[in-house]
Amino acid sequence: MEFDPDRPYRCSPALALRPEPFGALAYHFGTRRLSFLKSTKLVEVVRSLEHQPSAAAALVAAEVLPEEHRTYLAALARLAEAGTIEPRP
Amino acid sequence: MKLSEHFKLGLDAPICLTWELTYACNLACVHCLSSSGRRDPRELSTQECKALIDEFQRMQVFYVNIGGGEPTVRPDFWELVDYAVDHQVGVKFSTNGVRIDRARARALAASDYVDVQISLDGATAEVNDVVRGPGSYATALRAMANLRDEGFRDFKISVVMTRQNVGQLDDFAAIAEEHGAQLRITRLRPSGRGADVWDELHPTAEQQLRLYEWLSANGDRVLTGDSFFHLNALGSAPLPGLNLCGAGRVVCLVDPVGDVYACPFAIHREFLAGNVREPGGFTGVWRGSDLFARLREPSDGGACSSCSAFDSCQGGCMAAKFFTGLPLDGPDPECVRGHGERALATVGAAPRSDVDHSRRKAVPLQLTFGPPAVVPAPALRPCDPNPLSGFEVPR
Repeated sequence: MEFDPDRPYRCSPALALRPEPFGALAYHFGTRRLSFLKSTKLVEVVRSLEHQPSAAAALVAAEVLPEEHRTYLAALARLAEAGTIEPRP
Repeated sequence: MKLSEHFKLGLDAPICLTWELTYACNLACVHCLSSSGRRDPRELSTQECKALIDEFQRMQVFYVNIGGGEPTVRPDFWELVDYAVDHQVGVKFSTNGVRIDRARARALAASDYVDVQISLDGATAEVNDVVRGPGSYATALRAMANLRDEGFRDFKISVVMTRQNVGQLDDFAAIAEEHGAQLRITRLRPSGRGADVWDELHPTAEQQLRLYEWLSANGDRVLTGDSFFHLNALGSAPLPGLNLCGAGRVVCLVDPVGDVYACPFAIHREFLAGNVREPGGFTGVWRGSDLFARLREPSDGGACSSCSAFDSCQGGCMAAKFFTGLPLDGPDPECVRGHGERALATVGAAPRSDVDHSRRKAVPLQLTFGPPAVVPAPALRPCDPNPLSGFEVPR
């Protein structure tokens, strides 16, 4: 399913996040895929998704600079494609 | 800072941890990186293994690559796999397939967190069995058929690339497809018994180029353990994956007796960082070892730093250099610019590991026929216990 910034998302329940100096390692136990969250801000966004009404709202809440929204949404789209994050029912 | 720069400085826990559970093996592959064969009596006990898994869980080591030896010959192997999975430590284990019967394949297919990797070093029995031993091709193929028939999708078929099998790359891909498996190819290292056969088995320069081209065309569906980054200078586009030596930075090995080495291909005192039985455990070794601290320091590339290809190949593989007797800050023995070959011509004896669990070769019994040769018995000495002392005895 296409990533939609206006929909609510969450971390996959099979996901484990490990904090690292550059951000975090994300491991999906189901797909056995490892992804890298390349900034601590992105980690904050990913962790907060489930409490926000939409992915876009999570960026605002985490105070991501408006000019960086496109980059962050692209990163979230890749994470959605990898199954790291998923639409919230 | 780029992600790879972070990796060079080391992480709080390894990304890719290889854990060899036993040196015991039913096979005696000529290129075995860990010189396996006989079980080591000091092997970690079931309880020690479980405590180590607990530690991996605390460190968030998400998964471990279990190998050996042949790990499935440990009587507690399946118990340890279950224990790891129950403690959020995923498992991928490498096996020659000897214990993967239908029932086991069914159980494995039912688990989400266990991945299986079958070793195969030839797409035909002729090529495979010369390296892995008689019957090993049939064993691997039977295990693969069992996994396929029981619905295990995307298990791995792991091939060490040799001079004899580079030409079979398409055949390996076909075997993988036939079994609903994923192909993984890795580089032959002169580690363990690999040192004995490296000269005859490692791919030629021309084969390296074919391998690189094949990977460039097919790399997105083939796993490599990022082991071919030394070939990156062959083209303009780097192969997919981490282009760096991860030893002690993102990778390490825990061997069957708990020794922690910088990488699975570096079983030698020189790369021994500590032991998990020490008071600080594995965490203490990973975070506190002097060796690992040194490996995480920025390096200047030594003799390679003036080479225009250094950014692509990073000087290649530490273990490949070490076990061919080359200096660690010089070129890889398979340097695509030929610097390694030239350097090899000038080196003396390469270091050998003193960790060797190879089965002792059986001494063939010599039966002689015909008239016995007459040999003198050992010379008579005072108190000689030999009752035939001084006599001439036939032999």
